[in-house]
Amino acid sequence: MAVVLKTDKITKSFGGLLALDEMTLDFREQEIVALIGPNGAGKTTFFNNITGMYTPTSGTVEIFPPNQKSVKIQGMKPNLITELGLARTFQNIRLFGNMTVIENVMVGRHCRTKSHIFGAVFQTSSFKREEKESVEKSFALLEMINMSHLAGNLAKNLSYADQRRLEIARALATDPFLLLLDEPAAGMNPQETEDLDQLIVHLRDELKITILLIEHDMKLVMKISDRIFVMNQGRLIAQGTPVEIQNNPEVIKAYLGE
Amino acid sequence: MVENIKKSSIIAVWFIFLSFPLVVLRVDYIDKTIDYRWHNILWIGIGAFFISWVWRYFLKRKNESDKSSEGKNQGTSASTSRFQVQKIFEHKFALLGILIAAAIVPQFMSTYQTSIFITAMMYVVLGLGLNIVVGMAGLLDLGYVAFYAVGAYTYGLLNLHFGLGFWISIPIAGVLAASFGVLLGIPVLRLRGDYLAIVTLGFGEIVRLVLENWDVVTRGPSGIPGIPKPAFFGVKLGFAGNMTYLFYIILALVVIAMVATRRLQSSRIGRSWVALREDEIACQAMGIDTTKAKLAAFGLGAFWAGIIGVFFAAKSSFVSPMSFTFFESAIILSIVVLGGMGSVLGVILAAGILILLPEYLRFMADYRLLIFGALMVVMMVFKPGGLITNIRQQYTLPKRNSKEELAELHSSET
Amino acid sequence: MQALNESGSFFLELFFSGLTRGSIYALIALGYTMVYGIIGLINFAHGEIYMIGAFVGLTVAGILSILQFNLIAILVLAALFAMVYAAAYGYTIEKVAYKPLRGSTRLAPLISAIGMSMFLREYVILAQTPDFVSFPALTEGLFDLGAFSSMIQPTELVILIFSFLMMAGLFILIKKTKIGKAMRAISQDREMAMLLGVNSDRMISLTFMIGSALAAFGAILISAHVGQINYNIGFVVGIKAFTAAVLGGIGSIPGAALGGIILGLTESFATGYVSSDYEDVFAFGILVLILIFKPAGILGKSTTEKV
Repeated sequence: MAVVLKTDKITKSFGGLLALDEMTLDFREQEIVALIGPNGAGKTTFFNNITGMYTPTSGTVEIFPPNQKSVKIQGMKPNLITELGLARTFQNIRLFGNMTVIENVMVGRHCRTKSHIFGAVFQTSSFKREEKESVEKSFALLEMINMSHLAGNLAKNLSYADQRRLEIARALATDPFLLLLDEPAAGMNPQETEDLDQLIVHLRDELKITILLIEHDMKLVMKISDRIFVMNQGRLIAQGTPVEIQNNPEVIKAYLGE
Repeated sequence: MVENIKKSSIIAVWFIFLSFPLVVLRVDYIDKTIDYRWHNILWIGIGAFFISWVWRYFLKRKNESDKSSEGKNQGTSASTSRFQVQKIFEHKFALLGILIAAAIVPQFMSTYQTSIFITAMMYVVLGLGLNIVVGMAGLLDLGYVAFYAVGAYTYGLLNLHFGLGFWISIPIAGVLAASFGVLLGIPVLRLRGDYLAIVTLGFGEIVRLVLENWDVVTRGPSGIPGIPKPAFFGVKLGFAGNMTYLFYIILALVVIAMVATRRLQSSRIGRSWVALREDEIACQAMGIDTTKAKLAAFGLGAFWAGIIGVFFAAKSSFVSPMSFTFFESAIILSIVVLGGMGSVLGVILAAGILILLPEYLRFMADYRLLIFGALMVVMMVFKPGGLITNIRQQYTLPKRNSKEELAELHSSET
Repeated sequence: MQALNESGSFFLELFFSGLTRGSIYALIALGYTMVYGIIGLINFAHGEIYMIGAFVGLTVAGILSILQFNLIAILVLAALFAMVYAAAYGYTIEKVAYKPLRGSTRLAPLISAIGMSMFLREYVILAQTPDFVSFPALTEGLFDLGAFSSMIQPTELVILIFSFLMMAGLFILIKKTKIGKAMRAISQDREMAMLLGVNSDRMISLTFMIGSALAAFGAILISAHVGQINYNIGFVVGIKAFTAAVLGGIGSIPGAALGGIILGLTESFATGYVSSDYEDVFAFGILVLILIFKPAGILGKSTTEKV
């Protein structure tokens, strides 16, 4: 299978503190990949470095969008990276609380639409068409996560699990080929987590995208991942299929300590 | 009850202590006299006693409602959204009512009254303009008055040097102010919220100081007199006629600004502004170029200020730097804050309350700014969303019964 | 030779007047920086507290001079009362306008602060006067400078000495005492400090009070030097002191002192050698440039927002 994203020795240091140490890995088309590791291992830092929130101190990140030339994206602005087809959710939910559920998703359509002030003020026909399309696509995404009945509610009034799922829909609205989920199951009860794992697999199959997730819920990770990367102290210590990882002594050591 | 009386009494004593050297005593150091105003102790005491009581009551209620809304995260679904839709209709009726009343008003009012209403409507437009920047995009701009000044001086100077008229100056000033907004915006917009506030305040003051000191161009503190009012298709109107004419011009501007703002609110760019306000990092992660969005908000806000600047110059037929102090910015800001961040109807209501009320309740006039200041604090503490909570546009899924329509949609895309 | 001498003494005159201004900016900047350091808020009403300090000082000085106290006693008592009152105002403002807003959006406390600032200005206009009133030259007779008086006025020397003493006192308070440690702990990590038993509300109140008292102290010194005050004196001085705080690195206490001195000197030389028309433009210009190019200031540390 074709590679969609490849990092080459990306390193990130914060004033001498090495948060990422020469991480080299790749993700392939239509894979579900999990990034795991103890707290403070640098998983979210890794996310932030490939989504443009941080600029790596050294190393490269290269993406291979379908039917397009590859692009080196390290140090690019986050919005440009999203435009290229990487979308993410946040560990500490960052929804637009005072906007409605549907509007949150519609914001995700921003980079795939182009009407501006003029079109909105004069309600041009292209503006209207684009709006209608946005509404339809956003509703379709909400239906996919079973939330279309909540479309008119303010995002801040949603339950925790719904907020997490809405973040996923919002990220999907940007038409990504690679979706990065930062602890999507955090704070969910077992039932909600189970729904979530079905959703993730469904998204991969339906939308034909690659999904990378950071997750602490090992049951979920082992169940749905094709491959797993394990980080500890900023370094990649193991990679492989769930079975391989479960039996890897390095990993067990990292989790249980010496 | 006893507890409350005790608490409020202590607070009353505390405020009497605080205000004593300023409110009771007034010393003239040269004449060596002291002016005692003992009666003020009574007012401060009673005022502090009751206000602190009410304050505590509302603070408690607010905390309770915060807690209860945390508890019932879920149970808000269809019922609320129907309620909201209904409210939007109410807004439309309210707007219609305001419009009709406003259109009839000058026929029955004295010129003086008309002039007051014109002022209030100018603040409505200014408020709507700043509302884009502060209310929607969440960029605290404390130098908004600078763009207003740019507009006013554009007309004043163009008229003085080149004899340009009102109507031609309107678009020029609007565009000039907007470009000014964008130019100022480029360097400052990557600053964090509170720094942005201070820098814009600094810019506002710099503009005023330049107007004051660059005598050669701006005529300095003495200002530009004799700025003409717009002529009605070449016909010179009398004083009263002029006022009526200005009234309808500003009414039209209000309507245009209102409609434009409403339309922008539920558009791609309007949503990106609100997203920016809600969470800048998430906004950027959703593929929005935050710099562009901020510049657009800044520019559009400045555009309205520039236009109203021209109108102001025409109405008062005189501009000087004195009209563009920081406190002008603060007044416009309090309109936005009181009305409700991002709410169009709220801005209209707030401009009405803050500008008209002091004109009619004369006893309030002296305390106007005192009340403005206090209102800003009270609003932030108790109702940071403003008088009228901004209601978000509701979307319904377009019915897919007509297949042709969908087909048409696809064909027009290619 | 004569000309050289003249230009030399003009330089020194500007230098000392800049240093004087600068130390006042520094005193006020400390209030901004301490409050910012502890709760991350730009206390817009800080300039108004400075102004209220000046008015309270004037009232006290007026009463005492009618009672025919001697000048030193008047000075000491006026400064003391001004500081106590400013601290009380600072305390009250925090409780009324900022404390209920903790945990709300970033804009809310800022708007509340602007409202408070408007309120206090109007309050003084209504309670006292909208006009300039003269302020007694309380510090004039403290020193006799003889031959040096062409370079530095006695009132300026008083400002330099006392503001230096005040700042030294504050440094000791922050670095050496338990209170200072608690304050620093809260500015590092409020939740952790609270877990360790630091009463954060009390420390925040205390920070407001100390900052306010310092501002009032500065207000008395500068008002005695300038000779008149009105309700508006806090606005421009407030922005300039804020500039000083940002210049030095907001949140940093030595930074505030350094920023104040640099700003004072720059202003003084710019008005002396370039043009006095644009005096305030220089300060605002510096503020804008610093914020754009080096928002962390000279001694501040830059922070990245956590995602």
